[in-house]
Amino acid sequence: MAHDHHHPPPQPDHPEPKTEYELLGMALNELLLEKGVFTAEEQRKTIEMLENVTPADGAKVVARAWVDADYRQRLQTDAPRAVAELGIDHSQANLTVLENTPETHNVVVCTLCSCYPRMLLGRPPAWYKSKPYRSRVVKEPRQVLAEFGTTIEASREVRVHDSTAELRYLVIPMRPENTEGWSESELSRLITRDSMIGVAEARSPN
Amino acid sequence: MMARFSEGDRVKISRRYPAAHHRVPNYAKGAVGYVERVCDAFGQPESLAVGGDGKPLQTLYRVRLNQSLLWPDYRGETEDTLDIEIFEHWLEAEE
Repeated sequence: MAHDHHHPPPQPDHPEPKTEYELLGMALNELLLEKGVFTAEEQRKTIEMLENVTPADGAKVVARAWVDADYRQRLQTDAPRAVAELGIDHSQANLTVLENTPETHNVVVCTLCSCYPRMLLGRPPAWYKSKPYRSRVVKEPRQVLAEFGTTIEASREVRVHDSTAELRYLVIPMRPENTEGWSESELSRLITRDSMIGVAEARSPN
Repeated sequence: MMARFSEGDRVKISRRYPAAHHRVPNYAKGAVGYVERVCDAFGQPESLAVGGDGKPLQTLYRVRLNQSLLWPDYRGETEDTLDIEIFEHWLEAEE
């Protein structure tokens, strides 16, 4: 292809691209800006919005589900609408909740990429995107969970959810014992990111 | 949109290996399980990946597989399961 026009150098505060793919990514980004598909400000705002989401939002949902059986039911039937009740917008992806019970422990993975309920948990941890986690947790979930310090009793079924297409999953961990009468905000301190992915249980209050 | 399969139906995930983008991991190809739930219809990833419109929409299913059948050397409990999202054009009826 003819290439006889001048390109400006990358932005001065950007490091020099190290690989062909990094260069390709930058070129694509610059083209999208040049063609007005989105503006630099819109891009910055979107990144800021994505990075402002933390697992605290997911914890609010779980805490409400722990104290309110009707809410838990609404989460099961229409999770995007139920989280909207708490001011969380998850309308872009089909959120589905998975309840841990004394009979079943749920754990989530995306073997094909890194699908994750970002609007509830923020950006996924590095290990969630890593090939070892993605390839192993579908095949030996109990061993992988044990490496996270989570031993699931033999009497409980371990159910892996491979997020291969359109749904995004939030695990509702079991409510720890000795938390009767706790408020939602007290409970939310026991609800960690990892417990909502399913590689851990909720924290114990003791 | 009429779904071909219903909750509880036994289904087999197609064993096909197209070079182009698709959303079925190799480990699940050929596996037999049952429909855990029927989800909505969505655009076909094969078409969306190359700028197409994804039409006709395809019904998406959650298919439940038994781990001991999926992995002959599975080191877990016999009740352990794996749920996976599969589009209708990747499912076959299984008696």
